[in-house]
Amino acid sequence: MSTASNLERVLKSGNFAVTSECGPPRGADPEAVKKKGGFLSGYVDAVNVTDNQTSVVRMSSFSASLILKTMGFDPVMQMVCRDRNRIAIQSDILGAAAWGINNILCLSGDHQKFGDHPTAKNVFDIDSIQLIQCVRKMVDEGRFLSGEEIKGRPSLFIGCAENPFADPFEIRAMRLAKKAKAGAQFVQTQCVFNVEKFGKWMEMVRDLGVHEKVYILAGITPMKSVGMAKYMKNSVPGMDVPDDLIKRMQDAPKEKQAEEGIRICLETIEKVRSIKGVSGIHIMAIEWEQMVPEIVKSAGLYPRPQP
Amino acid sequence: MIVADRKPFEEIIEMLKPYSRILLLGCNECVTVCAAGGAKEVAVLASEIRLFRAKEGKPVEIKEVTLERNCDPEYVETLKPFIDDFDVVLSMACGCGIQFVGERYRNMIVLPAVNTTFYGVTEQHGVWAERCQGCGNCVLDKTLGICPVTRCAKSLFNGPCGGSQGGVCEVNKDTPCAWQLIVDRYKEMGMLDRYLEIQPVKDWSTSRDGGPRKRIREDLKI
Repeated sequence: MSTASNLERVLKSGNFAVTSECGPPRGADPEAVKKKGGFLSGYVDAVNVTDNQTSVVRMSSFSASLILKTMGFDPVMQMVCRDRNRIAIQSDILGAAAWGINNILCLSGDHQKFGDHPTAKNVFDIDSIQLIQCVRKMVDEGRFLSGEEIKGRPSLFIGCAENPFADPFEIRAMRLAKKAKAGAQFVQTQCVFNVEKFGKWMEMVRDLGVHEKVYILAGITPMKSVGMAKYMKNSVPGMDVPDDLIKRMQDAPKEKQAEEGIRICLETIEKVRSIKGVSGIHIMAIEWEQMVPEIVKSAGLYPRPQP
Repeated sequence: MIVADRKPFEEIIEMLKPYSRILLLGCNECVTVCAAGGAKEVAVLASEIRLFRAKEGKPVEIKEVTLERNCDPEYVETLKPFIDDFDVVLSMACGCGIQFVGERYRNMIVLPAVNTTFYGVTEQHGVWAERCQGCGNCVLDKTLGICPVTRCAKSLFNGPCGGSQGGVCEVNKDTPCAWQLIVDRYKEMGMLDRYLEIQPVKDWSTSRDGGPRKRIREDLKI
């Protein structure tokens, strides 16, 4: 059964999908969301709206999704299990669906230790795979987790994330298989820098036949500077930035580093596109949203398929 | 065992400010094993308090008592002959013992000298680590003896998060990733396929979420 999701339409029509993301502001100003959204307009099939990413308090994912929806976007509302129990999760899903949000991305969520309220109590009543099952049940069976009937069932295209670069590596493809079994329809991966390892993971994914069950969008992040590259390599858990890329960034003169970062990003897109089973890319241009149009155009992915 | 940590001395001294006759209580069970509140720790703390207060010109009288157990009425009762001779009880027992003594002697205030931290094991001499949260619904059969509720910082039931790297939890580099341990165990036992089973949402009503818990064995009641 199809939803009203543009992302689902693009993927089902066999087009190579392009999504990006918009991190909501640390304040109540809707203009901040509109400004970031403005950069992406026309260049993406859907835009992810992060849910208090890195455990820093921001405008809610649902509210920012709604603002982007009014701008004509097809938002992917991200939802983490860190801050809500199953009651709040299901309630927020109903609310989002009521306002025409068509996509949800189910995540466990970063630990609060990394955020601005490290002394907070976390929830983790359910985990990301159980969240996928929960949304699936609401959408397909029209029932809550409790089994009770929903009057006015939500319609959502259900996504998940996976990190091919985290450990233990041997279960990372199985983990996606589990998410597919739970009912995920698309996956957006952690930023791909190590294409070789990503290729190995994709091979394992194909061996399990998972690429035929979920649409796989490779995560792409352009590096602004060698400082950012090193930071991601050394300080972000589960991030794999190979040394040769660090060297390329380092060898570029300071004023040319951003250019080199975009070049690496475009090469990565080219490489992941040629991997069997990759259905699209998810561009995470962290505080660099204005570069998304150039990336999409240079990668030959513009214009985007219109309904 | 229940593991505890002595509170910082400054915090203890601050709590004791209004009092000059102190019954300092230890426990011979868990807090003795984890070296937080046994007879030895009671003696050390008593000396520290006496010295500090003597220096301040506000000397204290301290009686040191270490009960066999603070969570058992039989032993708590033994305080009766002398507890009223004191202004306050400072307890080095776990949170259960502190409360239980207070429940029995309602005219006394029982102050905590330790922070009760977790149910754990002695990994090596001087190192204790958490293993169980008492969720009331054990899943150790499914994870081959490694508790995801306790040992995963996010209590994930279906595998490691994206922050597991090199066998280590993203929250603390000294903490092994619980799911790395579980996967290693599956592999050791030739049961890696079990990882593919989806663990359904947990019933937390048997945990603290269901309210304070009580266990009754009618056949044992007197």
